Amino acid sequence: MSKLIKILGTGCPKCQSMTGIVKDVVSENNIDATIEKVEDIMEIMKFNVMSTPALVIDDVISIKGRVPSKDEVLALLN
Amino acid sequence: MFDWVQSIADWLVYDVLDLGRGEHLSEALNFFIYDTTKILILLFIVIFFMGIVNSYFPIDKVKNYLSRNKLYGLEHLMASLFGVVTPFCSCSSVPLFIGFVRGGIPLGVTFSFLITSPLVNEVAIGLFVGLFGLKTTIIYIVSGVLLGTLAGIILQNLKLERYLTPWVKEVLASAQREQDIFQAEKQTLKQRLPIIWAEVVKILKGIIPYVLIGIAIGGLMHGYIPEGFFEKYMDKDNLFAVPVAVVLAVPMYSNAAGILPVVQVLVAKGIPLGTAIAFMMGVVGLSLPEAMLLKKVMTLKLITIFFGVVTLCIIISGYLFNIIL
Repeated sequence: MSKLIKILGTGCPKCQSMTGIVKDVVSENNIDATIEKVEDIMEIMKFNVMSTPALVIDDVISIKGRVPSKDEVLALLN
Repeated sequence: MFDWVQSIADWLVYDVLDLGRGEHLSEALNFFIYDTTKILILLFIVIFFMGIVNSYFPIDKVKNYLSRNKLYGLEHLMASLFGVVTPFCSCSSVPLFIGFVRGGIPLGVTFSFLITSPLVNEVAIGLFVGLFGLKTTIIYIVSGVLLGTLAGIILQNLKLERYLTPWVKEVLASAQREQDIFQAEKQTLKQRLPIIWAEVVKILKGIIPYVLIGIAIGGLMHGYIPEGFFEKYMDKDNLFAVPVAVVLAVPMYSNAAGILPVVQVLVAKGIPLGTAIAFMMGVVGLSLPEAMLLKKVMTLKLITIFFGVVTLCIIISGYLFNIIL
């Protein structure tokens, strides 16, 4: 089943580095997933997070306020 | 505590590189090796310690605590103290602000947190201990906490809610003292450590270049500016020194790690410590990028008042330090 990954962040360097890591993990492991960047603050606040970047997988907030490692993202996606 | 670092620096410079003692170059190199090693060790310790505290006490818990408890006038002080142990990334300031407003936390209390969190952060503390010693660091932390508390109380009494942007006013109207549940709470220390470790390494990697450049510039200045050079222009009786220093400091945010080592040399060459502390508070505590981000939740008028009040508090504490120290 295809996963929906959302990256919440207003475009700071940390958010960009999280996006890069998630993209790499998805393509390196041929994971069936759509990556969506949520940069609008109103949209971000609907998730009720207070620290960005945050990683949302299928509407579950998995990580917030820090940049995860590749292994961590891979574990979350499997 | 750092005698052994000095021994290593001496050994490297005088024995391995075989440079003569008392020469300009060898003394500068010795100073550079000693200072960078000591500061990096201290930064590592402070950042790691703060990482552990923060892992067990994340921002969500801070919000829940402030939202749940009636603290009878102490809420500003509590918010300010929480600001010390919570690392602050200016890009998180907007979601954080909205989260606090939504949780029914008064605006002035939110400001107390927003002021202290960047002002007294782990990188600044680590650098301070390394450059100025423990006593000055404690003075800096205590005054930072008090400054956040007082500025928050002042801002609370100015009734600034009307200057929020319209959509934030809507959030404010529907605010409730809700408790958010958060995940990742039941991890053991063993599970947390790799994550904390990775963060520490990332922060250190990010600031090391600035620290090295700052100390190198400081070292050069140390050798070439005569003792007491600045006393002529910036002594304690010069009333303009503190405001000018603070106004210059506000736009310098991103290079805090590089600026502090330079300031230390300026102090050694005769700039009063109070003026220097006020300058550093301006560098670390207020930043233009943060102001730009806050435009999403605050009108320009509110941002101006916010920065104005904080700047004023910093200037006043600069004068106070010059009188006391």
